[in-house]
Amino acid sequence: MPSTLLQKVWDAHTVRVLPDGQTQLFIGLHLVHEVTSPQAFDMLRTRGWRVSRPDRTFATVDHIVPTRDQRRPFGDLMAEDMLAALERNCREHGIELFDLKTGRQGIVHVIGPELGLTQPGMTIACGDSHTSTHGAFGAIAFGIGTSQVRDVLASQCLAMNRLKVRRISVTGALGRGVYAKDVILEIIRRLGVQGGVGFAYEYGGAAVDAMTQDERMTICNMSIEGGARVGYVNPDETTFRYLEGRPFAPRGEAFDLARQWWASLRSDPGASYDDDVTIESESIRPTVTFGINPGQSVGVDERIPSPSEVSPDQRASLAEALEFMGFTAGAPIAGTPVDVAFIGSCTNARLSDLREAAKIVAGRRVSGRVRALVVPGSQTIRQAAEQEGLDRVFREAGFEWRGAGCSMCLAMNQDRLDGREICASSSNRNFKGRQGSPTGRTLLMSPAMVAAAAIAGEVVDVRRLFS
Amino acid sequence: MSNIDRITGTALPLRGDSIDTDRIMPARFLRAITFSGLEAHLFEDDRREADARAASGEGKPHPFSDPAFANATILIVGANFGCGSSREHAPQALFRRGLRAIVGDSYSEIFFSNSVALGLPCVRASRDVLEKLTTAIESEPSTIVEISLSEMQLTAGRERHAISLPPGTRESFLTGHWDATGLLLREPEAIARVAERLPYVTGF
Ligand code: SF4
Repeated sequence: MPSTLLQKVWDAHTVRVLPDGQTQLFIGLHLVHEVTSPQAFDMLRTRGWRVSRPDRTFATVDHIVPTRDQRRPFGDLMAEDMLAALERNCREHGIELFDLKTGRQGIVHVIGPELGLTQPGMTIACGDSHTSTHGAFGAIAFGIGTSQVRDVLASQCLAMNRLKVRRISVTGALGRGVYAKDVILEIIRRLGVQGGVGFAYEYGGAAVDAMTQDERMTICNMSIEGGARVGYVNPDETTFRYLEGRPFAPRGEAFDLARQWWASLRSDPGASYDDDVTIESESIRPTVTFGINPGQSVGVDERIPSPSEVSPDQRASLAEALEFMGFTAGAPIAGTPVDVAFIGSCTNARLSDLREAAKIVAGRRVSGRVRALVVPGSQTIRQAAEQEGLDRVFREAGFEWRGAGCSMCLAMNQDRLDGREICASSSNRNFKGRQGSPTGRTLLMSPAMVAAAAIAGEVVDVRRLFS
Repeated sequence: MSNIDRITGTALPLRGDSIDTDRIMPARFLRAITFSGLEAHLFEDDRREADARAASGEGKPHPFSDPAFANATILIVGANFGCGSSREHAPQALFRRGLRAIVGDSYSEIFFSNSVALGLPCVRASRDVLEKLTTAIESEPSTIVEISLSEMQLTAGRERHAISLPPGTRESFLTGHWDATGLLLREPEAIARVAERLPYVTGF
């Protein structure tokens, strides 16, 4: 019977069905970072357990790293403690740690793919909700909590309920100035922030087929913002070409065999889906969020909706958003002044994102009222960008050029908003307080749109800046 | 591990949909290597905002600041509760505050499974029932609420309402198997067999 990639990968990793009906699923790759793991290692210690598969477990440090001065010990003592704990845990259990000295440190969802650790057909888990990113390679990747991190460390397995699959086809070709970020924001706007609960999202269609792996990662990354714990794209030539030659990817003959296996995992023609949605590329434009969840967005040329225009179950949340943001229903989003511009995060801080933003920035100056920073997703990306001279383009325009980490995506280091500042951000969450100030405001958009906002000092349609 | 069936006590009603885990536990309190003391920071930013308004005569203090709900055992929420970040710090802090069950319209999947792992059932009730409960408890905070997982019923004062929970999850609470680690470790040979069949584990 024709089946989906999700079914094939699920079946290949099923250890047994547990008494409560959940599947015991073998986890092929476990990624660990400093925030959600120390308590899990403690639980292990308390029960006298060892890490079951240190060879399938890799760690990095991203959430708390300072991006300005990265010398050890960190000036921030709590951050120093957290990294020291991770170092100790990795040493004690024989887990490879990509720390600042390795040149391979970075945001966990950026370095997994970049190093070739992330591969098609794997099950991947990480104590972080944006683990869905890895689905861009045709892996089934879950965000988990700390107790489940303990489960994976101890047994290399998870107890999971099988997911339904919703096929999302994006047809046609994206217009100029419209990016993967706009596609996923549009998907979340249409299907809602909880529309994906219980589903894995399978993204496909001509627009997704034409995308690079970087773009596919941006889309899969934000699946969780639409409620879907898992999002994936069927692996194809683009995927295989990306992986070839990466440090942890198979080599030579093994690569050819791998490729055959990977290709066999693609969803079969005629596979049945639990739901099916089609979105035409032509209907997608540069998109900006105006509210306090990622589903509250409009096209840059649209107006902020009023509570009477949305469905009754969204009214209270829209009213709350307008009040928190200090925005008026019916006002255009373009022209909203911004105080901070942040290009970074696991959604949009890969080399291609920095290149797109740099194209907008080149030869222009950041508005005098804007504090602008670029935080590359990994040390590898930072170095590659410097080799191309992108750091110079950003610096000359007035951006700060920082070390790799999560930074202002969630503000666990020194990078954060002050007071009610408004931030044009290439990250993934516009929740109240997300960027470090309880009253700070976040507008999510593509990196090119952030660059344009930094230059203009307000939200503008990036298409107007193309020469 | 002990089984979980009846949860009884006063309740704490929290209005609003899509309350994310950044609001339940702001990221700055994740800067620690243990979960201890987290409960003091639950909804810290939301509380500060609501309490300041209440002090100036506008609205009520945040329910998590209101002494009337200080000893609550059951939390009542809206839809998509616990969305966003996977941080287990959120349910950990709720549990550490003494909450032992949540009743709501719906939950994010990661929040739901994190809560199961702590022995904190997240049951569902209809929108109507939730509205009724919330209003009743706001006006009479001492109302005793009882949840029975074996009967799938919630009793508040003289009212009884149906609640739901996926059958497998319900079973795991009733039989005391809600912490999965023990189960996952039980058949190491079966795990090894699956690993040996996976081409990427064996090197293709
Ligand atoms: S960049 Fe942001 S969303 Fe991504 S892992 Fe870091 S904190 Fe989480």
